[in-house]
Amino acid sequence: MLIAKADTALVSIIALSLKVSLSAVFFATLLALPLGAAIAVGRFPGRKAIVVLLNALMGLPPVVVGLVVYLLLSRAGPLGDLGLLFTPPAMVVAQTLLILPIIAALARQAVEDAWIEYREQLRSFGVTGLAAAPTLLWDIRYSLVTAILAGLGRASAEVGAVMIVGGNIDGVTRVMTTTIALETSKGDLPLALSLGIVLILLVLLLNAAAFVVKEAAQRRYG
Amino acid sequence: MILPLKLEGLSYSAAGREIISPLSLSIEAGPSTVILGANGAGKSVLMRLMHGLLEPSSGRILWSQGNERAIRRLQAMVFQRPVMLRRSARDNVLFALRAAGVETTACGERADDALREVGLAHLASNPARVLSGGEQQRLALARAWALHPEVLFLDEPTASLDPGATREIEAVIKAFDAAGTKIVMATHNLGQARRLGDEVLFLHHGRLVERSPVETFFKQPASAEAAAFIKGELPWA
Repeated sequence: MLIAKADTALVSIIALSLKVSLSAVFFATLLALPLGAAIAVGRFPGRKAIVVLLNALMGLPPVVVGLVVYLLLSRAGPLGDLGLLFTPPAMVVAQTLLILPIIAALARQAVEDAWIEYREQLRSFGVTGLAAAPTLLWDIRYSLVTAILAGLGRASAEVGAVMIVGGNIDGVTRVMTTTIALETSKGDLPLALSLGIVLILLVLLLNAAAFVVKEAAQRRYG
Repeated sequence: MILPLKLEGLSYSAAGREIISPLSLSIEAGPSTVILGANGAGKSVLMRLMHGLLEPSSGRILWSQGNERAIRRLQAMVFQRPVMLRRSARDNVLFALRAAGVETTACGERADDALREVGLAHLASNPARVLSGGEQQRLALARAWALHPEVLFLDEPTASLDPGATREIEAVIKAFDAAGTKIVMATHNLGQARRLGDEVLFLHHGRLVERSPVETFFKQPASAEAAAFIKGELPWA
């Protein structure tokens, strides 16, 4: 019922949530896929340590990412002049940093598994080392959807990072998760709960859409 | 010309086990060379060493020409289970051509020629991964054909195919031979060795036991191991 009489404020909260998280997924994917692929096929000293570090960073606490970005963007911080703190772009930056290791680590594993299968064939074609990375990424594109969805799940679910760098300002940086946290502490449990349901439904919808596209493409291209 | 290929004291060990015992031989242009031997004899490893996919533990691999790029460019390999890239059959051939540095303007025509040669022209735009096993292997041959290699290595190219598909693959291999490409093929199939080979290299437990023309090898094998192998593989003979 509460969802049904959704007012414009609520709609804008939901829209901002989607905008922030999807932007973060976009930028993180752009950076994480080449990074993951490079680590997968590259041979350089310290590679194993980087793999372990990247895997560990998947568990990065959102509040810690929020705090670091807060310090970077605060007026006295090195990027303070940009004036981004307590704006949606700051939230995008925080979520991008949060999910970049998740997408990169999962992509690294997927590319490395493919590399075992493709290595000899590509080498026979004269494609070795880093040159193989774009080919591998393109060839396992359907598997990478799962890695990207993991990033989306994390971004849309977290509250700590956006709370700290966004500030949960009404009408400016308030998103679904921060609203839920706020309404819960205010005692408006029905509103918090219905927002929670909306959030879950949205994530489910995005995953279902990605799944359908992936399945169709996989059937078509094998 | 990158042939003849000379192997000097070539050996290969992995995990403390010697897979190829030191051997020296020369692979000349012309007659098709068949590497025969039981499973685990070292056929695949020897081919991978020659093709440069494995580094020898000792010894040298010498092509007649020293230019690294030309050496890579003028050889191709077809594997027992070829890896098909997740794109169309034609794009698979184009990928091989571009990777070899063929000028973009020439790629399209060469890809179409190669697909026609192996009888896949009608499937050019189909995704490679959904082709049948035999069609995939023919596509692997098309990728090699497009490159116009001087040497073609084939590692048990029909081992996982049915007789019909095997015949089609063998026809394409014969076409390579007729076009002047040097064939170096590993197989444990004696019939195939007879049909496609001019000379036999017989490997037994990583040692090169015998090298002889195909007729001589089957009529009068010089080694006891080869005689036993021929008898074992042809129990009705």
